[in-house]
Amino acid sequence: MKIAVTTSGLNLAAPLDSRFGRAARFLVYDTDSKDFMIIDNNQNLNAAQGAGIQAAQNVAATGANAVISGHCGPKAFRVLQAAGIAVYNCEAATVKEAIDLLEAGKIQPASDADVEGHW
Amino acid sequence: MKIAIASGKGGTGKTTVAVNLAWYLADRSRKVQYIDCDVEEPNGHFFLSPYLNEKADACVMVPVVDQQKCSSCGECVKKCQFNAIARLPGNTLIFPELCHGCGLCVLVCPNKALSEGERTIGYVETGMGWGGVQFAHGVLNVGEPMPNPLIRQVKHRGLEDHVCIIDAPPGTSCPFVETISDADLVILVTEPTPFGLHDLKISVDVALARGKQICVVVNRENGPFTPLNEYLAVNKLKVLARLPEDRRVAEAYSTGEILVQAMPEYAVHFEAIADAVIGMMNNCSREVRP
Repeated sequence: MKIAVTTSGLNLAAPLDSRFGRAARFLVYDTDSKDFMIIDNNQNLNAAQGAGIQAAQNVAATGANAVISGHCGPKAFRVLQAAGIAVYNCEAATVKEAIDLLEAGKIQPASDADVEGHW
Repeated sequence: MKIAIASGKGGTGKTTVAVNLAWYLADRSRKVQYIDCDVEEPNGHFFLSPYLNEKADACVMVPVVDQQKCSSCGECVKKCQFNAIARLPGNTLIFPELCHGCGLCVLVCPNKALSEGERTIGYVETGMGWGGVQFAHGVLNVGEPMPNPLIRQVKHRGLEDHVCIIDAPPGTSCPFVETISDADLVILVTEPTPFGLHDLKISVDVALARGKQICVVVNRENGPFTPLNEYLAVNKLKVLARLPEDRRVAEAYSTGEILVQAMPEYAVHFEAIADAVIGMMNNCSREVRP
């Protein structure tokens, strides 16, 4: 399984970014190979509008099956749902912590966006 | 002739000036149309009490995807400047609330999978108001983020052989620019306060950048406000009228009365504005027919 986690850093010890569409980066972790790659989100970070939509599309293109972020707005949620990607809202401090919580089954997928757009 | 009444700052008296100027010109046997482009909160109808005999939906173009024809090539996503399209394998999603209706996606789709659909953003109403003033306004649906397409459709109802008094929305961004875009004259209504002056300066800069002729009406004047008068003098802005502050003006406004009817002593100010406007109209027509 591939898990995309929003982060402001570059490795597993980096902080979780609570924003989805305007997160600095996505760390995409492969639970089988225990390897990860970094997807830059700078373009959407500075977008005038529709950041969540494009970020979700880029995450879907990585083949991720799940997303962990602090929050997820309605438009991004709609794209992720259409792509069959489960969304987990989480308050973990680091990327590693968030992945551990998911793997241990301690967080549940969200059934809907947990914030309004532009929160 | 098209005259836009604008201000930058809200609540300076745009609608008061626009409605009374329209009513005054009609009372002087001019063919007048009042056009309310403040589509987010139109309120000219409270004063002109029009009999509205025509209502039409205002629509914008939104792309519609034929998923059977779509190859998920992503060309539309790349070209969309508004991030309104998302591409997933076998599924292209459109977000109409972000779409500006430019139609580029429909043009660039190599598979002709996108076609032009419609989305209603509000409506336009027209009719006849008090004193024989022709009336048109637009009403934007609540929550709709883009007023400009509706403003264009309201202005489209402008009557060629009438003096069109266009009531502009407050602010100095896109809706303001759209509203004044084809005006022959922009009358900026300001008030003698630091806020009024601050926003007047921005409005003047924007209107000048659009190549507009500008005049000013100072509303709610209560003694001299030196910074405003200095600014007007330095920038050689013509002041058409200075309306004195009076609590009774606000009282008449609050009950939807036409000011020059409720307080005839204010007619002299609208006469001054009307004379200036008519003078410019005559100049314009002389330029057209030398």
